[in-house]
Amino acid sequence: MTVDAVIVGSGPGGATVADVLTRAGWSVVVFEKGRNHLLDLTDPHKLLADYSNDEIKFVYRHFLGPDPLVEPKTFRVSDEEGDHSHVGEVNTIPSTVGGGGVHADGKTPRFREEDFRLASSLGPMGGADVTDWPLDYSDLEPYYAEVEKMIGVAGLSGANPFESWRSGPYPMPPGAPMYGATLSAAAAEKLGYHPYPAPTAANSVPYDGRPACNNCGFCAFFACPIHAKGDPVAMLQRALLTGRAEVRPETFVSKIRTDGKRATGVAYIGPDGAERTMDARHVVVAAGAVETPRLLKLSGFDHDLIGRYLMVHFQTIATGGFDDVDFHSERGRAVTHIHDDPIVGDEDSKRAARDAGLPWIRGGIVEHGGPYLPILEAKLYPWGSAHKKMMKHSPLRKQLWAFTMQGEDMPLATNRIDLDPTVRDVRGFPVARMTYRPHRHELVASWHHGPRLTAVLDEMGATWSSVVTTPGSAGGPGEGRLDDVPQSRHVMGTVRMGDDPATSVVDSFGRFHELPNLVVADSSVFVTAAGYGPTLTLCALAARAATAMTTG
Amino acid sequence: MSRSERAPHNTTVVSGFFLDFRGHLGATAALLLSDAGVMFRADRGPRPRVMAVWLTDDELRVLGAAVDHLLPADGDDPGALDAGAVDYIDGLLGAFLFDPPRIWAGGPFSGRTGGDARFGEFTPLTGVDELCWRTRIEGSRGLREREFNGPVVGLQEIYRDGLSALGSDFDECDHEERERRLRANRAFARVVFEHACEGMYGAPEYGGNRDLCGWRSIGFAGDVQPRGWADDEVAGR
Repeated sequence: MTVDAVIVGSGPGGATVADVLTRAGWSVVVFEKGRNHLLDLTDPHKLLADYSNDEIKFVYRHFLGPDPLVEPKTFRVSDEEGDHSHVGEVNTIPSTVGGGGVHADGKTPRFREEDFRLASSLGPMGGADVTDWPLDYSDLEPYYAEVEKMIGVAGLSGANPFESWRSGPYPMPPGAPMYGATLSAAAAEKLGYHPYPAPTAANSVPYDGRPACNNCGFCAFFACPIHAKGDPVAMLQRALLTGRAEVRPETFVSKIRTDGKRATGVAYIGPDGAERTMDARHVVVAAGAVETPRLLKLSGFDHDLIGRYLMVHFQTIATGGFDDVDFHSERGRAVTHIHDDPIVGDEDSKRAARDAGLPWIRGGIVEHGGPYLPILEAKLYPWGSAHKKMMKHSPLRKQLWAFTMQGEDMPLATNRIDLDPTVRDVRGFPVARMTYRPHRHELVASWHHGPRLTAVLDEMGATWSSVVTTPGSAGGPGEGRLDDVPQSRHVMGTVRMGDDPATSVVDSFGRFHELPNLVVADSSVFVTAAGYGPTLTLCALAARAATAMTTG
Repeated sequence: MSRSERAPHNTTVVSGFFLDFRGHLGATAALLLSDAGVMFRADRGPRPRVMAVWLTDDELRVLGAAVDHLLPADGDDPGALDAGAVDYIDGLLGAFLFDPPRIWAGGPFSGRTGGDARFGEFTPLTGVDELCWRTRIEGSRGLREREFNGPVVGLQEIYRDGLSALGSDFDECDHEERERRLRANRAFARVVFEHACEGMYGAPEYGGNRDLCGWRSIGFAGDVQPRGWADDEVAGR
């Protein structure tokens, strides 16, 4: 059997490629190593009913996978720590049909024009490899517009004064704002910031045959029981309904096969444990910025840059406590407002950069609020007689508000994914090892913007506020204790795109320089991290790559 | 092998309690009124025992005292023991005594705020899932397929050894002595504490949060699908 394209990974990137290719008449097989709880794989591909508002199932029992007991990853800050300093969960993105799109709360902002040409507009950053992308915003804008419609993004054009130009409005208006976000947005505006309704891939009205979100509150870290989140179920269902797509869950692709000039297919292990091969005219890898370089290395690809320039988002989390208020954070889409000001910067941030000896700093989007989970809250408090009182008082749900800044992370060649020398997965393959240490830029940006976030909380009326970061940064910029695993699920880089085969692995269409029918269609190809969630941009890049495949 | 043959201890599981959890509230009420046995609460006298799946009577007694100490009641508000945290933990340890194993409750709705009650229909496991969860619960037991990264100590062993370390007289100890023993076995105490939190504030289909007392005591609505929240309930004060 030879198919037009094998796609490795059924998350947002793989689903987008499947949708575009099948629309063009191609036959595709999508391999997914995780289980399928998303949609019936037989015609008419109805949406399944396995998801639920269940904290035990989704947060503590790994329903969306991967379970770190059978599919661990490893971590170390630097080579000096030996093989690894941590084994278990590392930046875990779901391993299930639908991938990371299933568990996310669906914030889907676009990048801005400047994000694609950081080196040209701001200049180099010492110790980092800041480079312009091999494409610009105008190349990607038509695909941003296309995937916003494919997924179904709710937002308000013009609400963000810093947004780059758009060729059309969002497909849907924003959903209901959370009460706490209306207060934090007002306070932020009063201090000169520019909050706006977060572009979100959750239906605010019935869309594409799926219902409107009903604000159940189980959004971030959960899959949607009513399928109001569009990413990536909409694309996978459309692809399957053409009759030209097949999705194979619980199937691990162990190797990309080549003949030296072209990719010829893949080797895989199915649910029965048997090893098989499949021939394909094109191979698309969309397994995410950790698993994609792992597969390339398992396959024997030896380009030195594969796995390098790993980027996460350096998260700065400001929290404030309030009296006499109930934010009822358990209701709504977890985050309904964001602001971009730390990305854009101002005279204060320029001064902070100069004072720190850096040419510039950039923060990231600031998310207003966050999800509420009672078990998670309970585990935070000490045991004993005070526990029940604390849970009844429930500061996390009722009286605490938070901002999370998704700070831009510098691309460093030393930050990378490779194969762990000793730890194996359940199938016996080496697992991915992350080596990661933030650049000083991230620390300086965090320590500059953190107090500005707490100032907004103070403006809201907080009686106390504090700032933490992940990874940790105790001691301040330049003195940080950087020994913990970053908690951000935003993972980028590792298969960098560019025009020069010496400094990049793939071209601007995700094609390997040396094997043009081998395409990467996920956030691995990112050149810089920007300060925005990566999903919409990786989908737009995947749509552009798939379109190029069908048009030559 | 039948459930009773595999259980290491006699069980008083009410038939079908886990296998069909439709009408949870009614089932819970019926169980609480049953005379299926007693589990002694250290300082409040006996209460009906809903079930015993894997742990022995003595172990259940010690575990009950431990969760009662870790997450005690506050006045009239129930603690983890009242909420059924012991049953939650025992149900996890004995998850594979049921078919499908009691690992993942079903979906999409519990029936508490509309829709059909489906949480009680537990999700079947794949081969890899079963290997994973058997390893986590039972330990690797020297089996090659479970030891690809070395031996794994399972939850059953952790609880059996941990409860033994607390002592069979743990439930008769005063508050200070219980605290001392728990702190002396801090790693185990943390495991029990985290599971007690899950049993207190998780979905009741797993055996805890009896009669939704955990959620009610903190004013949390729990799972709200398919009703959800109206826009004005989200945006308004």
